[in-house]
Amino acid sequence: MATFIALPILGILLILQSAIVSRIPLLHGTADLVLLAIIAWALQKRVATAWQWSIIGGLLVTIVSALPLGAALIGYPLAVTFALILRQRVWQVPILAMFISTFVGTLVMHIISLVALRLVGTTLPLREALNLITLPSVLLNLLLAIPVYALIGDLANWLYPEELEV
Amino acid sequence: MNPTPTRTSLQTVVLILTVAGLILLALGGYLTPVSRYVVTPLVTAQTWLASRYQAIQNLVSAPQDLTRTRQRNTELEAEVSRLESQIIDLQQQLSETRILSALVDFARVHPENRYLAASVIGRDPSPFLQYVIINRGSDDGLRRGMPVVTQQGLVGRISKVTAGAATVQLISDAAAKVNVRIEPSRAQALLQGEITGEVSLDMIPQAAKVQVGDLVLTSGLGGNYPDNILIGQVTGVRRRDYDIFQQASVQPVVDFSQLEIVLVITNFRPVDISPLVPTPGAP
Repeated sequence: MATFIALPILGILLILQSAIVSRIPLLHGTADLVLLAIIAWALQKRVATAWQWSIIGGLLVTIVSALPLGAALIGYPLAVTFALILRQRVWQVPILAMFISTFVGTLVMHIISLVALRLVGTTLPLREALNLITLPSVLLNLLLAIPVYALIGDLANWLYPEELEV
Repeated sequence: MNPTPTRTSLQTVVLILTVAGLILLALGGYLTPVSRYVVTPLVTAQTWLASRYQAIQNLVSAPQDLTRTRQRNTELEAEVSRLESQIIDLQQQLSETRILSALVDFARVHPENRYLAASVIGRDPSPFLQYVIINRGSDDGLRRGMPVVTQQGLVGRISKVTAGAATVQLISDAAAKVNVRIEPSRAQALLQGEITGEVSLDMIPQAAKVQVGDLVLTSGLGGNYPDNILIGQVTGVRRRDYDIFQQASVQPVVDFSQLEIVLVITNFRPVDISPLVPTPGAP
């Protein structure tokens, strides 16, 4: 159930991303709702399907995006890996973990995108990519991190209700 | 003892005379001071009673009126909202009609091509790529490589097709390259997209006289695009004596951030010339 629900959730987020969020750039950077959602999901307590979510998110983005095949399929699981490591380390402050994971996850995803594009013959200037795309994207992702974390937290509580000891 | 008829008649006559006298005195204005003392308390009492009655009536009937007013207000607000949404809808239809009209005009000017209109429904999720998604696909006859234009000029070409949608690589994408011709010098050049979404010209021969304001059109070389499609205007030229080629910046005629409806040229088949390109080491 928790795995299958990733399809509609991430699908809707991807549609929002493509139809609306991508049209609202900051300089040339845009927020990545799918990345935020899978990171927020990975940071939830009792959630054990973070990997599945990252794979599904990667597949959906691969279908829609013109990024080289595999960029999202590598980038999202790497971001989730970092989030899972952080969940074990700073489990008492999940919001801090969300911010750090968002920051690192965005950087990882962008580095992988740049490397993948370079491998297929599109060389982008690194300084411009960092200044005009990556840093604005990081800022937008950090701004959206809290609302996305709250929404995904509600979803996780609904799917994994806390067991009460009597 | 019963009154006699004569006495009763006398009393009636006295009463009539008294009433008639009072009426005459009243008509003559002689009773005004008297009536003021009599009528004023009556009027005051009447006023007080009427005001209390009115207050009670308002108290009883006001909630009904208030409810009715609120209902009416809600109805009117709903009507206003409906009309506002209708206005927005009509404005959108008007905007689309204007775009379609311009596209039809463009198609009339270029009768050699067959066009298929498509709506832009999204952009690539990756900020590194300048791609848009359109709502037509292989079911509508679209194929990979078909050029995409608007009434203003060249937009890009189809890079990926699914049954109901297609992805268009804009000419402003960093990986996009278009062979162009600069008018009026007719110099050949290569148009390249940049990471910022701008476009620039490279490979302009040193001998070519390129000036700000020159037009940039597709040359048709390379077989990826039809020729003579407008792309933009030269906004700056960089020429250094020690360089092999000149470079120039270009202002595209198409605003890629405002794309709504585009035309796909369906009767153009790109030519794959890659087997003809000599490779190093080949005999």
